[in-house]
Amino acid sequence: MKKLLQIAGGALLVYIVIVMGIAVIPAIDLSKTPPGPGVKPLTALQAEGSVVYAANGCAYCHTQQVRPLAEDKVFGRPSAPGDFSYQTPELLGSERTGPDLSNIGNSKPSDVWQYIHLFDPRAVVPESVMPNFKFLFHVVATVPPGETAVPVPAAFAPKQGKVIPTQQAKALVAYLLSLKQTPIPGYTMNGGMGGMTSAAPATVPAPTAAAGGGYSYDAGKGQSLFMANCSACHQATGEGIPGAFPPLKGNAAVDADDPTLHIHTVLHGAHGVTIGGVAYSSVMPPFADQLSDADIANIVNYERSSWGNHAKPATAAAVAAVRAKGP
Amino acid sequence: MQATVTAQHSAVSADDDRALAAVFSAYTVSATCWLLFATAVGLLLAFKFGAPDFWAAKYLTFGRLRPIHTNDTFYGWASIGLVGLAYYVAARSCGTKLYSIKLAWIGLALFNLAAIAGTIALELGYNWGDLEYREWPWPIRLVFLAALLVTGWNLIGTVARRTTEDIYLSNWYTVCGVLWTCVIAIVATLPWYQHGLGQVAISGFYMHNAVGMWFTPLALGVFYYAIPKILSRPIYSYALGVFAFWTNLLFYPLLGGHHFLFSPLPWWLQTTAIVFSVAMLVPVWGGSANYLLTMRGRYRDMTHSYPLMFILVAVIGYLFGSTQGTVEAFRSMQAIWHLTNFTVGHSHLTMYGFVTFAVWGGIYALLPLATHKSPGRLGIALHFWMALVGSFIYVIALSIGGTIQGLDWLHQRPFIQSVTDMAPYWVWRGAGGLLMFLSHIVFAWNVWRMTSGQTGNAGSPILARTEGAAA
Ligand code: HEC
Ligand code: HEC
Ligand code: HEM
Ligand code: HEM
Repeated sequence: MKKLLQIAGGALLVYIVIVMGIAVIPAIDLSKTPPGPGVKPLTALQAEGSVVYAANGCAYCHTQQVRPLAEDKVFGRPSAPGDFSYQTPELLGSERTGPDLSNIGNSKPSDVWQYIHLFDPRAVVPESVMPNFKFLFHVVATVPPGETAVPVPAAFAPKQGKVIPTQQAKALVAYLLSLKQTPIPGYTMNGGMGGMTSAAPATVPAPTAAAGGGYSYDAGKGQSLFMANCSACHQATGEGIPGAFPPLKGNAAVDADDPTLHIHTVLHGAHGVTIGGVAYSSVMPPFADQLSDADIANIVNYERSSWGNHAKPATAAAVAAVRAKGP
Repeated sequence: MQATVTAQHSAVSADDDRALAAVFSAYTVSATCWLLFATAVGLLLAFKFGAPDFWAAKYLTFGRLRPIHTNDTFYGWASIGLVGLAYYVAARSCGTKLYSIKLAWIGLALFNLAAIAGTIALELGYNWGDLEYREWPWPIRLVFLAALLVTGWNLIGTVARRTTEDIYLSNWYTVCGVLWTCVIAIVATLPWYQHGLGQVAISGFYMHNAVGMWFTPLALGVFYYAIPKILSRPIYSYALGVFAFWTNLLFYPLLGGHHFLFSPLPWWLQTTAIVFSVAMLVPVWGGSANYLLTMRGRYRDMTHSYPLMFILVAVIGYLFGSTQGTVEAFRSMQAIWHLTNFTVGHSHLTMYGFVTFAVWGGIYALLPLATHKSPGRLGIALHFWMALVGSFIYVIALSIGGTIQGLDWLHQRPFIQSVTDMAPYWVWRGAGGLLMFLSHIVFAWNVWRMTSGQTGNAGSPILARTEGAAA
């Protein structure tokens, strides 16, 4: 018995001491981390949404931790300890089958996009392997008063009836849109704030493709930036999603010779503008903080010269000029 | 000391033997059912990567099935299988009967109750924050803790009535493994002290302590008993085994922080984890060398003993998987592999190539000794090769794919490219997974033959001392 006590008791004791030192005491200490500037607790609806998020295992494919590495810059600034003060249970995750969501409320602020994407991810991102969450929606014959139908593209919509979100979907989207990194002064490792940013390291663009008019821009880079930042809403075809996101193909602002409105929209976003006779309820996010003048010039010029558009190209200097005027 | 392994158990009656065999059989059958269920779910998950809209309804959605797969392989399959083996090893190596047959049955009921309730809870969406491997609602985790306490009590009681002076090494690992896991379960479950970042620290601790202080010691306990038993020769170095035991205890608990490298966890916690991930090479290589040296000179005989082949694969899985873990833990490597499918490859190399193969080797080596019924050689061979080839494909595919995924990110390509680049590797994973799952069906058939089949339909798994004796 003595021998058993020595081995089992000794090993147990040693273990408890180590566990206290490496896990329990640090955890008690870390649990007291004060919230960072501007970090707020979730509202009741958002908290309900975070439960839906965990119940359906979103965290097995999505992280909520941005690492201080160049490759994570696309997701926002590096996560800070104060970001998690109100996050219990923690949802940092350990696998990134899909993108990090720490800042999704800034990078995809449109609830319409979130609803369409949840209803069928392939309606907005054709290559997606995310499961659809149709079970979070109802299909109804007539939209009840006070509800808004989700403008799911026809190819992905049910043959009959309108799609409306359930309470759970509303809570989930409220939660997703609450995921916004707050700025921390002097804590912008890569100078980036907000969600999407350049798909390639911010180097001086080497003009490779002539876009007509004597000025040339980097067409490859423009396309890859467009795919990384814009195509989820405006689609790779530039045709947008009827009723949700306007087409850029043949769009008056994009195809105009004066690029000011085009540039202004990309820099500062837009909401409530009637485009081609349609009023869009969703939001166009601003990119001023994420994208450099050269990047924006590349994207804008890609749009101005694609899908049959033939507008005069814009220069980085023109972007800088619009930026200087402010929103 | 070695005498314990082959001790004569005069104090044990035939009735005691039958009762032990019944307990061992029941644990094995129960674990096998969980293996079949949980890996059917795993296969479905693998399929969903190619067909995300397939069975996307509420109760079949990926995010509900994935924790069911992981928790049921962990707490249904591996845990129940290993505890059944631990009971048999404890009774035999101590030359005594089980302290309490009744407690063993109660434990089995509790383990199953926890796994069933946990599965239902996750299906219904009661998931504790997607915190990996501790997703079950806390009352269910308390049931699991109760099962552990019962098991610990029963094992200690059995070892306490041993007829030998020494406590055989296997029992150090199994008894302590159960005790440590009680601590892990309590630390992971108590909610009051873990919030926000504090909970992240516990998550990191929990993920690797559950594998390192629960499955690992129990599987190593099986090695220390089954290898000498099959080969009828003592373990190469008892002292090395003791050394590996204590270094495992000192180093393993400290490496949990490596799950959250580059996260906002304090830098010292992350660095400690990396240092001890490297230190783990000592018990891992020491332990593996001990097993391999015990088999030295007998590799040719091995072709006569599939149980030993299973164990050899498990030893190599332990050696490679853990060494891979050490390499993976460096910051430079984490910058590529962290958060990618490479980790999923590591999880299966270790939990499958090591733990699962160890359980199989233990069952094939020891269950026929308890029940006097053997599976056919063909069945066991079929199981072995399908599982080996399948898991090989699985791990290689995800290791390559995960690396590509990581490099895509490193080169800052649009995120979606890392998704499309994985597509072929996910298909390969599915192909490997299908082979693995088919092998589990054969395994279930073999278990049926070892428990309910004809008596004595094949030879004993024990190799004779002389060369060339067929098993
Ligand atoms: C099987 C893994 C998987 C699961 C489970 C999953 N997702 Fe995704 N998710 C992805 C992938 C892959 C992408 C990237 C392609 C796309 O945008 O659809 C993605 C993209 C997203 C995006 C857009 C991110 C961005 O920056 O463009 C959001 C928002 C999102 N998922 C939310 C969720 C929510 C909410 C859940 C749970 C209800 C969930 N996901 C479950 C794989 C998954
Ligand atoms: C979250 C979805 C979303 C993303 C991402 C997005 N947009 Fe938009 N965009 C919209 C919506 C919605 C509108 C319409 C806004 C309105 O009507 O006020 C819009 C409008 C526009 C317009 C104005 C068209 C006009 O006629 O006034 C341009 C130009 C544009 N987007 C370009 C871009 C570019 C370039 C990107 C990528 C850098 C981008 N968008 C990313 C949703 C998005
Ligand atoms: C037929 C055999 C199996 C198949 C097809 C399979 C498939 C899968 C799949 C598809 C995933 C999800 C991966 C992801 O989210 O990217 C997974 C995760 C996991 N499986 Fe399996 N699995 C099998 C057997 C097992 C067994 C027997 C165990 C344990 C004993 C196991 C342990 C795990 C673990 C721990 C994870 C989580 C991995 C991580 O987060 O890194 N699997 N498995
Ligand atoms: C000394 C040995 C080991 C070291 C240093 C090690 C290291 C690591 C590291 C660094 C990770 C995190 C990977 C990432 O997130 O990027 C990891 C994950 C994992 N390891 Fe190990 N490992 C070792 C042995 C083992 C063993 C023996 C097992 C199983 C019995 C195991 C099971 C797992 C599992 C299941 C995960 C996935 C956790 C998750 O993210 O869900 N490891 N390991």
